[in-house]
Amino acid sequence: MHILVLLKMVPDVVEDLEIAPDGRALDVEYLRMILSESDDHALEEALLLKERHGAKVTVLALDAAEVDDALFSALAKGVDRALKIEGMEAGLSTRQAAGAIAQIIAAEPGLADADLVLTGVQAIDDLDGLIAPMVADQLGRPYLGIITRLSLDASGRTAVATKEYPGGVRGEFEVELPAVFGMQAAEKPPRYVPVAKVRAAMKAQKIECAPVPTLADGGWPAVQVVEMKRNEPAGHAEMLDGVPAQVSETLCGILAGHGLV
Amino acid sequence: MGTCEVTLDVLPRLPEGKEILTCLQCGVCSGTCPYGEVMDYPPRRMIAMMRAGMLEKVFTSDSLLSCVACYACMAKCPRGIRLTEILLPLMKEQTLTHLPELPGELQRALQNTLRYGNPMGEPSRKRAAWVKTAGVPIRILAEDPRPADALWFVECYTSFYPRGQDNSRATAKVFHRLGIDYAILGNEEKCAGECGRLTWEPGLFETLMDYNMAVFQKYRFNRVVTSCPHAHNAFKNRYPALGFHWGLEHVTPFVARYLDRLKPLLTRKLNYTVTYHDSCCLGRQNEFYEAPRLLLRSLPGVKLVEMVHNRVNAICCGGGGGGMWLDTYFKAKGYERLSERRVKEAADTGADVLAVSCPYEVSRFEDALKVTGHDKQMVVRDVTELLAEAMED
Amino acid sequence: MTGSICVLAEQWRGRISEPTYEVLALGRETADSLGVPLTAILTGSGARDLAQTLGIADTVLYVCHPQLAEPIPQPCAQALAQALANRAPRALLVPLTNISLGIATLLSIRLGAAAINFCTDIKVVDGRLQAVCVMYGGKIEATVEAAGSPAILGIWPGVRPADKGRAERSPAIEEITVELEDSPVRLKRYIDPEAGDVDLTRQDVLVAVGRGIQSRDNLPVAEELAKALGGAVAGSRPVIDQGWLPLSRQIGKSGLTVKPKLYVALGISGAPEHVEGMKDSALIVAVNSDPRAPIFNVAHYGIVADVMETLPSLTAAIEARKVAAHHAP
Repeated sequence: MHILVLLKMVPDVVEDLEIAPDGRALDVEYLRMILSESDDHALEEALLLKERHGAKVTVLALDAAEVDDALFSALAKGVDRALKIEGMEAGLSTRQAAGAIAQIIAAEPGLADADLVLTGVQAIDDLDGLIAPMVADQLGRPYLGIITRLSLDASGRTAVATKEYPGGVRGEFEVELPAVFGMQAAEKPPRYVPVAKVRAAMKAQKIECAPVPTLADGGWPAVQVVEMKRNEPAGHAEMLDGVPAQVSETLCGILAGHGLV
Repeated sequence: MGTCEVTLDVLPRLPEGKEILTCLQCGVCSGTCPYGEVMDYPPRRMIAMMRAGMLEKVFTSDSLLSCVACYACMAKCPRGIRLTEILLPLMKEQTLTHLPELPGELQRALQNTLRYGNPMGEPSRKRAAWVKTAGVPIRILAEDPRPADALWFVECYTSFYPRGQDNSRATAKVFHRLGIDYAILGNEEKCAGECGRLTWEPGLFETLMDYNMAVFQKYRFNRVVTSCPHAHNAFKNRYPALGFHWGLEHVTPFVARYLDRLKPLLTRKLNYTVTYHDSCCLGRQNEFYEAPRLLLRSLPGVKLVEMVHNRVNAICCGGGGGGMWLDTYFKAKGYERLSERRVKEAADTGADVLAVSCPYEVSRFEDALKVTGHDKQMVVRDVTELLAEAMED
Repeated sequence: MTGSICVLAEQWRGRISEPTYEVLALGRETADSLGVPLTAILTGSGARDLAQTLGIADTVLYVCHPQLAEPIPQPCAQALAQALANRAPRALLVPLTNISLGIATLLSIRLGAAAINFCTDIKVVDGRLQAVCVMYGGKIEATVEAAGSPAILGIWPGVRPADKGRAERSPAIEEITVELEDSPVRLKRYIDPEAGDVDLTRQDVLVAVGRGIQSRDNLPVAEELAKALGGAVAGSRPVIDQGWLPLSRQIGKSGLTVKPKLYVALGISGAPEHVEGMKDSALIVAVNSDPRAPIFNVAHYGIVADVMETLPSLTAAIEARKVAAHHAP
């Protein structure tokens, strides 16, 4: 059993995001990158499946700032192989990234045989679509997203996937393998890995570099950012005055205006 | 001796390890430990397991999650075994790797400290935001790298939490009025990492040590003064291995040395009855018992009363050793919060003010006062806040 | 059909979803701005009668096939691609929900169309469509254009009031048959949530209580408000510590982090440990008797008053408005 996990670095929104001078993109000077949260869950689910079924786990990521931290951290957590796709320009769209990844999966030995390709359901910067269905389409494999639990049947030819629906409802699906899944959350929160283990991985283990794929011109229409700006928060509270009955009416009106009543 | 060199395998061959094995099994450590009765393996039993070659059982239990690194066991050990400094951190490191799951809050605190340099997960670029509200000029070395006499290492809670910022503003005011030549690192500052060391994560601690030493070496100053007793401990006990050679003091004893200059500035009469809580790091660990009391007694209109357990016998607030991020875990296990135990003792003195000198204690004791219903009777103030209050504006 | 605005209607478990009507409302506005028709597309099996509820559209394309009984992304996208093959809509709006997630991406690949995600609004500028997208966890607003036609837009729920997407009239319905192979993705069963099993992170409305509620005996009053708003009760640390609410209801540093549409903070001082867990709530209303409580720094609306005095009249006002809305023409 072989599981391939696709990882992507996204801007860390804990630090304030600044807009670049051209007003169309984020300013990269103070930008910090972090592993996309649902990709972290995809990795955790892969590790849980490895513990249960003895699967081999490979992680694959496009080169980006701070990606080495994420890849060594994955190695320290127990993945068997880590690959980085180098040489591509920054700021690729999700569609271009999917194309590059599909090429590497086809060209690099030992990737195309993955029974499961796991990745996060959606990243905060997936402006032009989701990577899991794109990669599934490129590989010609079944796809299901918003998954919170995966299990394999005895034959290893089918997976049972639990998908989330609105209102706390879940759906249990049977999916023929090999398949691609967009993970919403792993069965357990992503595990902690001690810094000492990551540092040891940095000394003892290697991240393989995959050759630069040719960026195919897929012929798909581009998505252009015309303007980008910060969504400013409300600031201090607007205070409502009056006796309880008055204040309640006012507040009620405000809530109704927000579609909450 | 750096943490780096000592591991559980190596320990028995070192003098420190041989020292541990001279344990009498008297049990004073377990009896003094504030959570001794709820631990599966309090210190005495831990050493017994070590002798029996059964340490594996200790770190596959969650016993060590209850150690708040209060130094009580170490202070009372008749053999002088350095439990809190040597044995317990090594045991905790092993427990971390053996626990199937780390309590969520603790995990987040450790991850945040690594990534953002503070356990709250606040953006590092906001660390010095409080400086604008200080009311006195504060020099930030990155902007103005001229030499300073004292580098004031502000630390995390005192930078990001509103009550901690109250403390920082008070400290700045006191320093300013005393004419102290000081500067801060501002946004370049990251947690000194003491909690990472005492809390399971020597790797995290080493990463922070490397970073902080590199920042220190960019500037010129004679001494480091810090508001946080945990940072003080880290700089005193571990950083010298990486070349930390500057003078070091915690704000409270530092200011106490300027008492002659300070006294004439304390003109406002406070009319409080104050009881002082000895923090574990400043008190038991470093025996700084009298400096804070000296400062409190010099406040006009302040009467000092002592709690039953004071000085070396003080009861920990429960924030050390990771306890700061394990309250929900403790509650789920049904343990009494140590801070609640302590504020009840404080309330018994009849004092209006519980004075502290560690930033953890402010939020812990304020919470505990609310929960035990004593928050109308008593407030919590850092010693420095009281000094600032006694100075006219 | 050429140049029309299309909206994908979500049918799930025998009903059309609320977000569908919200997106239809946006679709109607956009179509009217461009002076083109609005088409709703419904996939399903035996779901023709649901198409009747989509009257805000000029036409409904009902794409039916047994494989489309459940909204599974790949079969749906294949069917939609066939249905739209010889039609050339200007844009297709797809609700961004658990039901439809993935369909927009798959369809855009099949049609060779651009996809734009995270949309909260659509503007028509010089006859061009611009999408306003909220990205990066809500921190950034981007105005985006797609070259070519159609553009497939993923629309966040809540963009317009659902009522604006409903109309009494019956639309023209065109039934389309498609060819689909057996899907390698098959639904086995739905699992409904256990009664009483409340996951606070999935609630749209939370009524959170702090010490200002004063006693456990006052909790039912907070529960009434939560019920009136269709939400659940949560608590800050001191309340859970005192055992008034279970651990699963704790919000904050030692509890859950939530981002509901409405967070009502009652008698909560706003200590950082609590604010950490709820500061990204879309709308925060705080009631506290202390005018300097830090919660007012993070709340959008604040009321300085005794919680127990304000709660009953607030609940009453909400109930009254709900009754009025229900009876509205």
